[in-house]
Amino acid sequence: MIKPHPLDGPILRGLQADATQSAKALAGDTNLSPPAILRRMKKLEEAGAIRTRRVVLDREALGFGVTVFLGVKLATKGRVSLDDFERAVAAISEVQTVQHVLGVYDYRLRVVARDISDFERVLRRRIMTLPGVGQVDANVLLSEERRPGPL
Amino acid sequence: MRIDETDLRILRRYQADPAMAMAEMAEQAGVTLATCWRRLERMRASGVIRGVQAVIDWRRLGWEVEVSLRFTLDKTNPRAFDDFLEAAREVPEVIEIQTFLGRVDVRLNVIARDMAHYQQIYRERILTLPHIADIEALMHVAVIKDQEILPL
Repeated sequence: MIKPHPLDGPILRGLQADATQSAKALAGDTNLSPPAILRRMKKLEEAGAIRTRRVVLDREALGFGVTVFLGVKLATKGRVSLDDFERAVAAISEVQTVQHVLGVYDYRLRVVARDISDFERVLRRRIMTLPGVGQVDANVLLSEERRPGPL
Repeated sequence: MRIDETDLRILRRYQADPAMAMAEMAEQAGVTLATCWRRLERMRASGVIRGVQAVIDWRRLGWEVEVSLRFTLDKTNPRAFDDFLEAAREVPEVIEIQTFLGRVDVRLNVIARDMAHYQQIYRERILTLPHIADIEALMHVAVIKDQEILPL
């Protein structure tokens, strides 16, 4: 864990909104010093606090009208290794995120599709055929917003 | 705006690595540097490319706990969604808010420094949110994939 620094809040809030910003842009109208911001950005980056940079696209404009979250329970724990399941599910291009969770489900998947019938195809041919897959619960995404977090 | 095969070739590379040098992206997509630049600008201007966001690894910053809370709301109240979402936005530890069509109405991603901190947020900030009918919690163990790449 990296030791907190007062610049973390402004830097991380700024980069979550627009990760292409320079240290100078991040300093903006505040009296923060761009070189100090740049040094701290490098530190945060090295510590892995910025996991990745994600291009945000207009999904609908590109023909992807449906996003579905799936809760997946493994049916045969122990017999199928989690590694096998994870490798297979992560390789499906329509599966955008995979999270291993603890609770009523074992995995949480974000799946994108062109429309409902395309989603049905992905579900039947790619998801339901995964090694060890059991009960699957689907919720269609209506809206989403990301918040800057507690810093 | 019409998206053609050239746009898609550029977008695939851009999605995979937004920090890639433009010259390299152009070469991989099989277009000239000028075309690559012009196409990206056009897609930005028309809103197809909305931007680039940093994804924070909160664990590295000391927020060790991440929980997905799935809510069913009391829909007999017509203001249930609006009131709930408005109140959820006030909780700084809520880093994602999603609404759904399905068994779950709303999902909140909540982070906390440790389990004791999570308990405190859960009791003081989450259970007090309006119009909750039911809550289900999923504790995040690991992220296997999270680039959110569109299969273009």
